[in-house]
Amino acid sequence: MITLEKVAKSFGDLQVLKDISFTVARGEVACLIGPSGSGKSTALRCINGLEVYDGGVIQVDGQRVGAENLPSIRRRIAMVFQRFNLFPHRTVIENIIEGPVFSLGKPVAEAREMGMDLLEKVEMADKATSYPAELSGGQQQRVGIARALAMQPEAILFDEPTSALDPERVGEVLNVMRELASDGMTMIVVTHEMRFARDVADKAIFMADGYVVESGPAVEVLTRPQQERTRQFLDRILALD
Amino acid sequence: MGSEVTAFSDFLHDTIIFLPVLLKGLGVTILLTGCSLVFSLVLGLGWALMTLSGNAWLSAISKTVVNVIRGIPIIVQLFYVYFVLPEIGVQLAPFAAGAFGLGLAYSAYQAENFRGGFEAVDRQLVEAGRSLGMSESTIFRRIIFPLGLRTALPSFGNTTVMMLKDSSIASTITIAELTRAGQLLAIATFKNGTVYTLIALLYLMASLPLAAGVRAMERKLSRR
Ligand SMILES: Nc1ncnc2c1ncn2[C@@H]1O[C@H](COP(=O)(O)OP(=O)(O)O)[C@@H](O)[C@H]1O
Ligand SMILES: [Mg+2]
Repeated sequence: MITLEKVAKSFGDLQVLKDISFTVARGEVACLIGPSGSGKSTALRCINGLEVYDGGVIQVDGQRVGAENLPSIRRRIAMVFQRFNLFPHRTVIENIIEGPVFSLGKPVAEAREMGMDLLEKVEMADKATSYPAELSGGQQQRVGIARALAMQPEAILFDEPTSALDPERVGEVLNVMRELASDGMTMIVVTHEMRFARDVADKAIFMADGYVVESGPAVEVLTRPQQERTRQFLDRILALD
Repeated sequence: MGSEVTAFSDFLHDTIIFLPVLLKGLGVTILLTGCSLVFSLVLGLGWALMTLSGNAWLSAISKTVVNVIRGIPIIVQLFYVYFVLPEIGVQLAPFAAGAFGLGLAYSAYQAENFRGGFEAVDRQLVEAGRSLGMSESTIFRRIIFPLGLRTALPSFGNTTVMMLKDSSIASTITIAELTRAGQLLAIATFKNGTVYTLIALLYLMASLPLAAGVRAMERKLSRR
């Protein structure tokens, strides 16, 4: 349902994405891995138009991602951020209903009811009236995921959702993501959590220097990489684990 | 020793007589500050929105206006409103002229307060709004405006304290606010020391709680 074809993107003189192509089918979980600075965030941000790409084509269900249809694309593809990016002036439940009410135009009561169900799902219902600053990182990220789900998206993009968390908080967020994956949500996840990638992802895409070096079934790429670059990267990551 | 006691009891005696007049003046000062504050905020928000609109013309106009206003002494702006506007047919009562002139003069600083607040809003929150499919105007209304206002609250408070003090400039266009009420008293009684001490104390009494309020707001906001 999400297709990138020869996507290129530069910031001034710096060409960050040179030739990125991959496809993620409906219901698939794809992990985007690669060294820091290789353009993973940029690729993700191009998919929902937070960055404007300048070459190739990105399609969502056959619809080209471009300036003319950004709101509609963004309402169908949600995003979860490394630093959560919850609205600090709104309570947890207000954060959840912000998109449904002020972007989709849902009635507040209906949005609130659905929001509370989602908070149950991520086990944050008891914090519905707390402010983000009163929550731990793991709790904030679970709210971030609930906020994304509240848009009833067709796919969710995760940009290093656990990188900003204390190690003991990583598990609770990955568990929520595991559950989403088993519910059949289409997900693209930028992550350094290799165990999660191996266990949950259908597909792994290894990026370096603006190219897709290697992609395929997650187990294949992560356990029997074909490319030397991939092998080196995985050795380094796994040595840290 | 004896003469000092007499001087102090004289001061108390005069204070009891002067205070009602000066308090009335303080009332006018507070009303004038309030009116010009509201006017400066409305106008300042307008300038800030024009500057940030992304429209080159609007932005150039508001930047020019703000620079012109900031480059002219407040007292000259007041005289302009009070003495020059009538020549082109706009006759304002002294109080209205004072509120308008002070509000106009301070709108330039309020515009900077607003702009500073809006620009300090975390870009990542704006992106969070975009990723929810919000329009740019909804993002402004729901994210940038409330968060920017919060950041700018201390600046608004400080500007209000300055406006309270600068409202004394309105004494020059016959508004019977605290400074002018005091001037008239001093001229009539020759008790300069008593009168101006009382005026100073009254300004302090009005501005210190305001400053304390600003600090309380800052503390409250920093907790979230
Ligand atoms: N808005 C931007 N302006 C300029 N350079 C950027 C911008 N965003 C990212 N970059 C640069 O693009 C490169 C890739 O960044 P990024 O996509 O964040 O990589 P990754 O997520 O893989 O670590 C980095 O060198 C980064 O400094
Ligand atoms: Mg990144």
